[in-house]
Amino acid sequence: MKELRAHAGFPIAPAYGPEDLAGVDFERDIGRPGEYPFTRGIHKHMYRERLWTMRQYVGFGTPDETNARFKYLMAHGQDALNVAFDLPTQLGLDSDDPKAEGEVGRVGMAVDTLADMEAAFAGIPLDRVSVSLTINGMAAPITAMYYAVAEKQGVAPERVVTTPQNDILKEFIARGTWIYPVDPSLRLVADLIEYSARHYPRSNPVSVCGYHIREAGCTTAQEMAYGLAIAAAYVELMLARGMAVDDFAPRISFNFTAWGKIFEEVAKFRAGRRLYARMLRERFNATNPRSWMFRSLIGGGGSAFAVQEPENNIVRGAYIALAAALAGAQTMALPTYDEAYTIPSPKAQLIALRTMQICAEESGAADTADPLAGSYYVEALTTAMEKQILDELARVERMGGIVEAVKSGAIQAEVARQAYLYEQRIVSGEIAKVAVNCHVGEWPVEADRDVELYSFDPRATEAQVAKLARIRAQRDNGVVNAALDRLADEARGGQNLMDPIVEAVKAYATLGEMAQAMMRVFGEHQEAVKL
Amino acid sequence: MRVLIAKPGLDGHDRGAKVVAFALRDAGIEVIYSGLKRTPDEIVQEAIQEDVDVVGLSVLSGAHMLLARRVLDGLRAQDAADIAVVVGGTIPPRDVESLKQLGVRDVFPMGTPLPEIVKAFRRAERPGREGREGG
Repeated sequence: MKELRAHAGFPIAPAYGPEDLAGVDFERDIGRPGEYPFTRGIHKHMYRERLWTMRQYVGFGTPDETNARFKYLMAHGQDALNVAFDLPTQLGLDSDDPKAEGEVGRVGMAVDTLADMEAAFAGIPLDRVSVSLTINGMAAPITAMYYAVAEKQGVAPERVVTTPQNDILKEFIARGTWIYPVDPSLRLVADLIEYSARHYPRSNPVSVCGYHIREAGCTTAQEMAYGLAIAAAYVELMLARGMAVDDFAPRISFNFTAWGKIFEEVAKFRAGRRLYARMLRERFNATNPRSWMFRSLIGGGGSAFAVQEPENNIVRGAYIALAAALAGAQTMALPTYDEAYTIPSPKAQLIALRTMQICAEESGAADTADPLAGSYYVEALTTAMEKQILDELARVERMGGIVEAVKSGAIQAEVARQAYLYEQRIVSGEIAKVAVNCHVGEWPVEADRDVELYSFDPRATEAQVAKLARIRAQRDNGVVNAALDRLADEARGGQNLMDPIVEAVKAYATLGEMAQAMMRVFGEHQEAVKL
Repeated sequence: MRVLIAKPGLDGHDRGAKVVAFALRDAGIEVIYSGLKRTPDEIVQEAIQEDVDVVGLSVLSGAHMLLARRVLDGLRAQDAADIAVVVGGTIPPRDVESLKQLGVRDVFPMGTPLPEIVKAFRRAERPGREGREGG
C-alpha cells in the first residue's frame, strides 16, 4: 500500500481506532464547544448562534470603482468588507511617485489621502458594516483615515468595527510589504493596538496571519506555529508597554488558510485553538475567557488553485469552504477561480460568495458545532498536529525567537526551502493536482477564450493622480506641514504616534508624506537575502 | 551558465522566484537572487556587473509589461541586449505574445511546470558560453 503523509509531514494510517486516542483526556483536551481550551470552537452553539461572516477580498482601481464593487457584493448578501489596497498604498508611496509607476490601482484600490477613504465608503454605513483593512506597514495612517471617515459619518468610536491587518512580522516573512526596519515597524504595530484598545473597543487592531506564510510555502503545522509565535510576540510587545493582557488580547484576531487536505486542516485549527488558549491562560495569565479565544478568518489560498482548466477552481473553492466551516471559522473568504490570471472579475467574485452561501445554507456543515469531534481519525490528527506545532515552535525558539528569526532571515529561508520541497512533490506526482500532474488535459489552456478576465483600465491611474493634485492644491499646506513636523518629532521620541498621525490625516496629508516623515527617522528596512 | 533572478517593482511575492532559483541551482546553474523591490535600472546594472546569460523577472502585481519593457530598454541602451530576459508570474494569456514582441525570450505564466522553466533558461544561454558551469 502506498504510504501517505500529511502536509505537516507525519504519516497517515489507512484506518484509525480507539487505540489511536490513548492519552487523550476528553475534559482536558477536547471539552465542549465554547469552553476552554476551545478545541471544538469558541462558541457554545457555533453557527446556530452566529453564522460565519462572508468577507471577500476586494479592491481595484480608484476608490470610486471599489465602492461600486463593494455595493455590488453587499447587494448579493455579502455582510462585511475586506479592502485590498494597491502596492503603492501598502508601501506608503503616493500615486504620483515615480516608484509607483505601473502599480497604481493594480492589485487593490489606490489611497493617497483621507478623501480617498471617504470615497471608498460613501453610502456604506460604518456603524453596521464591519471592515477589514488589508494593510500592514501603513496600518497606522490607513486605520486613522478609516476612524476619521467613521467620525465624519457620525459613528461613535465604540460602534466602529474594523480589523486592520497590522501584522508586520508576516510581511517580513512572506508578503514583502515591509517599509521600515523591524523594530520601528513593531513600534507602529503596538501604537495602533494601544490606541485602538483605548478609543475603539470593538476594533480588532491586529490580525495575525498564518495565511500568507502558508501561501509562501510553509507546511500546515508551520503555518499555525509561526502564527502562534507572532501572536505571542505582539502580546509581549504590549505587556512591555505596561498594558494588562486582558485589555487587548480579546481583540486579537487571526487569518489562516484551509486549502489542503480537509481533515488535516480541521485538525490544524482544533490544535491551534487549544494551544492558543493554553498559551494565553498559562503563559500570559489572561483571566478573561475572551482573551483565550483564537478567532479566525479561514479561507484562502490561491496556491490551492491551478491555471489549467480554471473552472475546476470553483470545485476546489467549495472544498475549502467546507474545510473552513468544519474547522470553526468566524469569517470566511475564498480565492476566485480566475486568480491565477489576474484579479477577480465580478462574476468570479459572485461565484465565490455563492459558494460560501451554499456551504452555509445547503450543505449542513453549519448545523452543529464541531461535527468531526470524536472521530478517531480527526482526534488522532489533532493530537499529531499539536505535537508537530510544538516541535516547530521549539525550532523557532532555537532560531532565537520569531523576531530574531525574522531579522536574520532564517525563517524566510525555511519557508522558501519548504516551498521548493512542495514543488518537487508536485513535479514527482507525490502530491496530486488534477489537470496539473494527473488527468492532464490540453496545455496551454486558452483562458481568454474560456473565461472572462478582469482588464486593468489605465485611466484609473490618471484619475487618481489628478485627484491627488487637486487635494494638494485645495488643502491648507501650513497645517499639513506642521502636522508632518510633529509626526517626525514624535517619531524621534518614544510617544505613541497615533495622535500626530490622526492630526496629519485630518489635514489631508498624503500617505507618502506621512511615510516619508517617519522614514527620515526610522530609515528603510534592508532585506536579509538568503537562498 | 549564470543567471539573475530578479524582483522588479513593488510586488513582495517571492515564492516563485525562490523556487525557480533553487531549481536552476540544482540543475548546476549559477544563480544570483536580487531580493525584493528592485528598480529596472538596478536590475540592468546587476545583470551587466555579474555578466549573466539570462535575467529572470518575476512579477505578480500585473505591472509586467511596463517593468519588462524598462529592463529590455536598459539592457539595449548599455549594449547588453545579448543578455536574454524571461518573465514569470501572474501573466494573463493575452499578455504572453505582447511580452515576446517586446523582446522577452520566454514567458512562464502561473502553472508552467518547473522542468520546462529550467529547460527554457538553458536554451537562453549566450552562444560561446556553453559548458561554463557555475556552482
